[in-house]
Amino acid sequence: MSHHQSLVSDFLPFTWVDGPGNRLVIFFQGCNFDCLACHNPQTIPLQSVAAHTWTVEDVLQRVRTSMPFIRGITVSGGEATLQWPFLVELFTRIKQDEEFAHLTTFIDSNGHVEPAVWEALLPVTDGVMLDLKAVDGTLHTELTGHSNALVLDSIRYLAAAGKLYETRLMLAPDRNDSDEQLRTTAQWLLGVDPLMRVKINHFHAHGTRSPASNWAEADEARRQRNRQVLLEAGVQYLC
Amino acid sequence: MRTRPEEVLAAIREQKYTYRQKLQVLAGLAENLLDEPALGPEAAAALEARIICDMYEGHAPYRARYILPDYALALRKGSDFLELPPATDLDEALAHLLIMYSNVPSITGFPVYFGDLDSLLLPYVGPAIDDETLHRKLRLFWISLDRMFPDAFAHTNLSPVYNRVARTILQLERELLQVVPNISLKVHPTLTSDEYLLDAINTVFANGKPHFINDDLMQHDLGEHYAAVSCYNSLKVGGGSHTLSRLNLKQSVLAHHGDVDAWFASTLPHHVELTGELMASRIRFLVEESHFFDSSWLAREGLISLDRFSAMFGIFGLAEAVNLLMERSGRSGTYGHDEEADALSYRITSSIAQLVAELPLPYCAGNNGHAFLHSQSGIDLDLDVTAGTRIPIGSEPPLLRHLQTVSRHHRFFQSGVSDILHFDDMAVRNPEAIVDIIRGAFASQMRDFTFNLNSNDFIRITGYMVRKSDLAKLPAARHSSTFLGAGSVENSHVTDRALKRVVSHESSPVAGL
Ligand code: SF4
Repeated sequence: MSHHQSLVSDFLPFTWVDGPGNRLVIFFQGCNFDCLACHNPQTIPLQSVAAHTWTVEDVLQRVRTSMPFIRGITVSGGEATLQWPFLVELFTRIKQDEEFAHLTTFIDSNGHVEPAVWEALLPVTDGVMLDLKAVDGTLHTELTGHSNALVLDSIRYLAAAGKLYETRLMLAPDRNDSDEQLRTTAQWLLGVDPLMRVKINHFHAHGTRSPASNWAEADEARRQRNRQVLLEAGVQYLC
Repeated sequence: MRTRPEEVLAAIREQKYTYRQKLQVLAGLAENLLDEPALGPEAAAALEARIICDMYEGHAPYRARYILPDYALALRKGSDFLELPPATDLDEALAHLLIMYSNVPSITGFPVYFGDLDSLLLPYVGPAIDDETLHRKLRLFWISLDRMFPDAFAHTNLSPVYNRVARTILQLERELLQVVPNISLKVHPTLTSDEYLLDAINTVFANGKPHFINDDLMQHDLGEHYAAVSCYNSLKVGGGSHTLSRLNLKQSVLAHHGDVDAWFASTLPHHVELTGELMASRIRFLVEESHFFDSSWLAREGLISLDRFSAMFGIFGLAEAVNLLMERSGRSGTYGHDEEADALSYRITSSIAQLVAELPLPYCAGNNGHAFLHSQSGIDLDLDVTAGTRIPIGSEPPLLRHLQTVSRHHRFFQSGVSDILHFDDMAVRNPEAIVDIIRGAFASQMRDFTFNLNSNDFIRITGYMVRKSDLAKLPAARHSSTFLGAGSVENSHVTDRALKRVVSHESSPVAGL
């Protein structure tokens, strides 16, 4: 029997952008960042009338429906790790139950996570997609409202544990995408792992609040430029 | 309708046809000078009202609709008729195949089956042939297929196990971007590797081919030697299908006066019987009057045999039939979006499957004296009616729901079912996701799996490909199928209507399906 319940803002039976292959993704309610560019700001508050209270069994019911078509599940947010006891219970159940054991478990995280939480999660987690908004501390605080110290620690910790599936760079024109910023970022990431898999998520104004709703989106030339700089800086696995 | 002399003159004067296309049209017109095979008054009336449809195959069938010669046998033992010895190396195998293809008839005038080309050629590709040589030889062969048999119904299959020839074929597909051949990949749950599937999926991204077919399910229904030909027509190798007739379920419901149960109890069985009558009369003419199986070199040399033939019983317009029947019971749910409507759809397909399995047909030993059920993907004259058992284009539910709805129909249709899934460009960044969906679909007993990427140069009309850039080039398209739309090559009454239809591809290719 499940002891834990969790607040879920939404879920998708199939996703192609949250980890390897086709996956079911659950978006948890609540985030410990307050990013200017957040495109799902309604998931930031820890409580929401629009969210649903789910048990582990509620999640598994959805997983069953998607199951022949998926290779795993991803938890996202908000910041899923805020509900880490629930995740530990869910993932443990998936790993132990013969019905689900072939599925992989992935976490999509902003990285603002204590090592002790990773320690609890990693034994039942196959991989983590981690967002890095800026390597520069001041800029990071500007963009997210928090220091990036824990984020950088998380990247090092997960890479060392072999559980960092990819690092995601959310790039917004003239905010954090100058050639120099990208070079510094690439250098830092490759210092952690020379074969780091890096994914670019370009900023979209849709869904964001002011002032980000007035920010420019990158055009094709700019996107190409961002890619080129990262590739030239030595990133080999760029998605 | 009997041919009128003006039609002959119009075909001769038509400047949009190549010489070969003109010949094909004129042959159809000549055939249709004759009366159609005899039918009872009720079947004749149902045909006239287009409740049942003969696919405009022509009034006097003189070759089977789909023929799947056993090319492996022909390569092994040669052919007396074609004065060919057994093939001993790759060059001979490729040359012999081209020679054979040009002597294989079908409803379209071109062969609909080229063999499972990877496994056919593999015995001739030893270590002495390096990758570059293989690529060069296959490239010329591939170009020959497209230029000599310019019809998108001409189809090859790839066998479940990844191999050098299959890899080269997929590579050539991405390089050459040809319409011909159409391709189906036989996917086995364990024998087919993810690597192979990824290679094939990346090929779909480039040019819309191959289709994927469920090898387990096909073998269960058709035996070890089967292939998918034309588009979505799975049949026995060494056999084929005499004819394809189809029942328009929408028209069947419209012609019915009474409640839903009465349609199931009387109208549907009656229409199934009339379709059977149409098929039986056409099959008898083919076998007994035209003596196709007594005279064809393919039969004489054992590359086909009558006892591996059957016929295809097609249905279409399931979506409209379901929605109309729902309306009659005062319900508003529609197919693909409502549990009750979906349940009704399964009641329809399972009832038809049962009726067809009990319907006796002559010369159908290939399926124990019965037809193979087929979910027919439409021809260019179909308007306001949805192909086969598809959910109407533009009203498809989200992908998971879509797969769940259609997959439950697939097991009934031994000779194929076409559902086309439209994926956006996101798929290109995550082809593994498509691998998962294909495997899941086949584990859920889907039979045929086709997906389209919205961005490549090819569009799928009913199951075969047309190049968008070719449509822009009309007139003077080289491929008959580009020109005429599905079924039009088969429809010897190629009229202005068909040509206008091609124009409508240009304006709204998807809505035109
Ligand atoms: S970490 Fe993600 S969910 Fe949280 S505020 Fe930032 S963008 Fe929004």
